[in-house]
Amino acid sequence: MDRRQFLAGTAALAGGALARPALAQGATEVSFFYPIAVGGPITKLIDAYAADFEKENPSIRIKPIYAGTYQETIVKALTAHKAGTPPVTSVLLSTDMFTLIDEDAIVPFDDFVKTEDDKKWLQSFFPGFMLNSQTGGKTWGAPFQRSTVVLYWNKELFKEAGLDPEKPPQTWDEQVAFAEKLTKRDASGNVTQWGIQIPSSGFPYWLFQGLATQAGAILANPEGTQTFYDKPEVIEALQYWVDLSRKHKVHPPGIVEWGTTPKDFFERKVAMMWTTTGNLTNVRNNAKFPFGVAMLPAGKRRGSPTGGGNFYISKKASPAEQQAAFQFIKWITTPERAAQWSIDTGYVAVRPDAYDTPAMKKYVGEFPQAAVARDQLEFAVAELSTHENQRVTKALNDGLQAALTGAKQPAQAMKDAQAEAERILKPYR
Amino acid sequence: MDARLVISPQPLLRRVMTHPRLTATIHGWLLLLPAMALLALFTHWPAVATFIDSFYSTPRPRRPSRFVGLDNYQQILADPVFWQSLWNNLLFALGTIPVSIALALLMAVWVNDRIVGRTAVRMAYFTPTVLPMIAVANIWLFFYTPQYGLLEQITALFGAEPRNWLGSKDTALFAVTLVAIWKEAGFFMIFYLAALQSISPSLAEAAALEGASRWTFFRRVQFPLLMPTTLFVLVNAVINAFRMVDHIVVMTRGGPDNATSLLLFYIYQVGFNFWDTTYAAALTTVLLVLLALVALLQYGWLERRIHYR
Repeated sequence: MDRRQFLAGTAALAGGALARPALAQGATEVSFFYPIAVGGPITKLIDAYAADFEKENPSIRIKPIYAGTYQETIVKALTAHKAGTPPVTSVLLSTDMFTLIDEDAIVPFDDFVKTEDDKKWLQSFFPGFMLNSQTGGKTWGAPFQRSTVVLYWNKELFKEAGLDPEKPPQTWDEQVAFAEKLTKRDASGNVTQWGIQIPSSGFPYWLFQGLATQAGAILANPEGTQTFYDKPEVIEALQYWVDLSRKHKVHPPGIVEWGTTPKDFFERKVAMMWTTTGNLTNVRNNAKFPFGVAMLPAGKRRGSPTGGGNFYISKKASPAEQQAAFQFIKWITTPERAAQWSIDTGYVAVRPDAYDTPAMKKYVGEFPQAAVARDQLEFAVAELSTHENQRVTKALNDGLQAALTGAKQPAQAMKDAQAEAERILKPYR
Repeated sequence: MDARLVISPQPLLRRVMTHPRLTATIHGWLLLLPAMALLALFTHWPAVATFIDSFYSTPRPRRPSRFVGLDNYQQILADPVFWQSLWNNLLFALGTIPVSIALALLMAVWVNDRIVGRTAVRMAYFTPTVLPMIAVANIWLFFYTPQYGLLEQITALFGAEPRNWLGSKDTALFAVTLVAIWKEAGFFMIFYLAALQSISPSLAEAAALEGASRWTFFRRVQFPLLMPTTLFVLVNAVINAFRMVDHIVVMTRGGPDNATSLLLFYIYQVGFNFWDTTYAAALTTVLLVLLALVALLQYGWLERRIHYR
């Protein structure tokens, strides 16, 4: 390369570098915190979405920032909020809605919904997901990576136990009966294979809410100011959980770790497990045997909580930034993108029409397990969420773990949990 | 810098620079300044601010912070999770401190001798210290896994009952204590090893001439000479017993039912999960006072019984 060529090249490079900011002059920058809670190349997917959006909307720059787990992300977002420079939008747990409102950190979506098109968008989500996104007549979160609890079963082990491998348990009684057949013991009486596992480490309240809903209970009022932990139906649900290990001996005793439960399933140490639909892709990639996915069995009714993350818009961002963030959120939740996101991750697509897209139809055709979570949404209830959410939830978690480890009777454990929740929530009524 | 080498035209400056005591003082303070500034900014000021905050209520947008006096401290007295965490922390300290120090001493004496593969053994003992706690905790999580975890596979060989180490209230605290001991002992061993190597070999020769047994030599000569190291290690072990919570976050999140909740973990929970910042400040103050008392005890009482060369 001679000197002139080199200079020309440098000039072109410099020109290119200069041209970019010139194009972006007056561009609105939207910083965006997101957590990762399931396996897979999530960071790449999000970056690709941001790039595609920028191509269609040259006046907006999306700056996605991976912020850790859900817990770490809210810590970072709220700390930044208190310091005065919060991310314009973030994906946080849907249950953090009351906390974010109490911290005065977010604005409702209603302020941005102006056109017919906007209104249609707001109506497009599964109603089950909106339960945790609305309060006081306003919408505070837009569903994005949402999930429910489902039952996974090992078809091979079902066959070995003389059960129909295509028929998961439909009721609580069947669940116990199947689990009894699926529990294997060695000569000395030690269990080599458990019938069922419902994880109880960390956030047992979420899986328990499935049981409680099936027993006909509601754990908290929609205003998030009152819990009903000590209602007879709740105690009945806990008794059922405790009995699985104590009375029927088909479930491991003590606390079952959430993180290792899928591994237990892969290792054939357990024949049925309850876990999130978000694990679907993980199980599909790692289970070396045919498996099924089913709705949770019914008690008095079917039921499962929803879970996962919503988009929120920061109150301290400028109106232009907020508007740009709204545009991005609307863009990323179109049927096609919701479908793709669901296929890539295992999360439930957040709107019914996503399941009518060609991509989703093809996916569900090849892998019918993917539709189970959607079908269950009909029976889904709002995830437990109150003011001072984490503290009120911890009261329930502690009570559940006390009962599961045998430290307290279910009735006593729930009475104590309720008393603690009452103490915390009193100032909010 | 040597003051005599500085040539200064100003008489005043020259007087200052040539006045040996004053120069030394100024030099001293200048050298201390960067460290002092950092310490003040990131340690002393936050500690004072925490102490002040603990007398206020947590600010909420609808209810601004106000002075509440000792309310937060009264809440601590009535908080069962605090008492449980304190009790857990005492058990954790009692479990980790003596065992890890004893183990460190034992390992140091062992690898101080001329044994085959000495370097390899030393490295093996020190490895846990190098690994990040989060990684360690994730590995141990699988050691403790029921049914197919390493520990279960070993105990099953001896026909022991299957156990759920982390999932039972009786064994969870013991299980996380063990991880801490494993992590710490190698670190303390290094200090003992350094101290052992600085003990003059003539002492060992003299003892051998006198016909002292190995045990007598250790008890009468090595151990007393190691006392300054023991104090240092002890101070560190105590601090670590109240500081190490990374593995709790990974392995149990304080569960089951607060059985493994340690003080610092509980403070984190109150501060960053519940966002009750002033209550967390009050808890932090209690922890600081507790640590200060222990440190005073150690330096005031123990140090007088230690022989420094």
